[in-house]
Amino acid sequence: MRQIFTLAALVTTEALRTRFFAVILVLLLIGFGLTLFLEQVTLIETVAYQSSLLAAFLRLSAVYVVSLFVIASMVHEFHDHSIYLWLSLPMQRSHYFLGKFSGFAIVACMTAILFGAALLGEIPYQQVGLWTLSLFCELLIITALSLLCVLTFPQTVQAFSVVLGFYILARSISAMQLMAQGPLSASQSYVDQLINLLIKLLAMLLPNLERFTQSEWLVYHTGYLDNVLEIVVQTIIYVMLLIGMSLFDLYRKNL
Amino acid sequence: MISLQRSYRDVPKKVIGLLILALGLQIIMHYQLPKPRTEIQALTPPPKQALLRLVSLGDRVVSAKILMLWLQAYDNQAGQFISYDKLNYTALQQWLEQILQLDPKSQYPLLAASHLYSTVQDPDKQRKMLEFVYEQFFIDPQRRWPWLAHATVLAKHQLKDLPLALKYAQAIAAHANSSMPRWAQEMQIFILEEMGELERARLVIGGMLKSGQLTDPNEIKFLNDKLLALEKKSAKRKIHQPN
Repeated sequence: MRQIFTLAALVTTEALRTRFFAVILVLLLIGFGLTLFLEQVTLIETVAYQSSLLAAFLRLSAVYVVSLFVIASMVHEFHDHSIYLWLSLPMQRSHYFLGKFSGFAIVACMTAILFGAALLGEIPYQQVGLWTLSLFCELLIITALSLLCVLTFPQTVQAFSVVLGFYILARSISAMQLMAQGPLSASQSYVDQLINLLIKLLAMLLPNLERFTQSEWLVYHTGYLDNVLEIVVQTIIYVMLLIGMSLFDLYRKNL
Repeated sequence: MISLQRSYRDVPKKVIGLLILALGLQIIMHYQLPKPRTEIQALTPPPKQALLRLVSLGDRVVSAKILMLWLQAYDNQAGQFISYDKLNYTALQQWLEQILQLDPKSQYPLLAASHLYSTVQDPDKQRKMLEFVYEQFFIDPQRRWPWLAHATVLAKHQLKDLPLALKYAQAIAAHANSSMPRWAQEMQIFILEEMGELERARLVIGGMLKSGQLTDPNEIKFLNDKLLALEKKSAKRKIHQPN
């Protein structure tokens, strides 16, 4: 356990030294600029427009910076061969992985809290709390996925592209399923049936990120604990799956 | 970190020359390019709802808000303000409808239809927007009645179309609820009076007084006074009417 804590602390220190939180601060400033602009252009529902667009901006920014931080940090670890140094120590590969993951999870948690705090001005704190917890869950999945991708493709461009593709698919899979149930399902051609089957398979394997971190909670105050419980359960299952896959890959790597 | 960098003089002159040349070429290129187009782009019909949901990445509320702001700013293209008259109102109505489908709780598209896009001089376009507000009212009367009330006022005073105003006022009265102010439900009385339909106006007031829903004494007094005034007006008309 001590090894895991040490590695987690090192990742957090790395985030501080690489000015990760300065980027978070800049993003918050851009977000506030956006809300000021929206105040000028909206005629009614100004707070609704400000909170929903700020939340959407912060959500995408959080996914982008956390994923890039995980990938860049691990690519750096591969390039400067420090991963070999760590693995040469009397430490299990699973401990190394969990230490790294815990560190990135702390960074993700701090990001979610900072972004959530930015929304507290006009929105009830209960809804902001649910939104923040949901954002943290989303970031945990992205962190685990980024680790898996960087272990499989130790290049920033490839790893980040896969994470981005996964994220877009996971957020639009419900809409794709609805589209597939329309004219596609009525068609009997093999190609259509294959596409339909592929979409069903993807929906089965992907977490439904559409249900995570909804702006609607902030605008219409429709978030309930039940929503978040479902999200937490989904996150636990999916993070376990991703960690399992990453460990499988890590143990097979000839490092 | 800066002190660790070497002097600018260490950069080969060819590199500096290349830098200046490339910058100069970029500036020349900029002036050679055609000026930004100032043609006004026509508003085209929106994509299907399924496609809009797909590109929303699961957050339909945010997409609806972005689309509404884009639509609101459509009259300002390439630094020019274009009149709402020049917009394609069929496409505009479809956009507003799609936005409302993405975010049904939002009031913004109805505000835009009843307060912005209905200010044009073209009566057909005005009617299109008012009809849009009327159709959308039935989906959620509790939230959407203020926009139909405004549409009633526009139909009465701007379009001078009293039957249309009456249709809207009656729709509001038919879907009245406790949260709706009385004046919104009473609009039909004044329209009927203006149309000369005094008997119908009296019947409406009588129905309201008999329903027992009125509790405010001032309100009851006002309606009783109005009923008396209408009865007098009606009697006067009967006297003056040739047999």
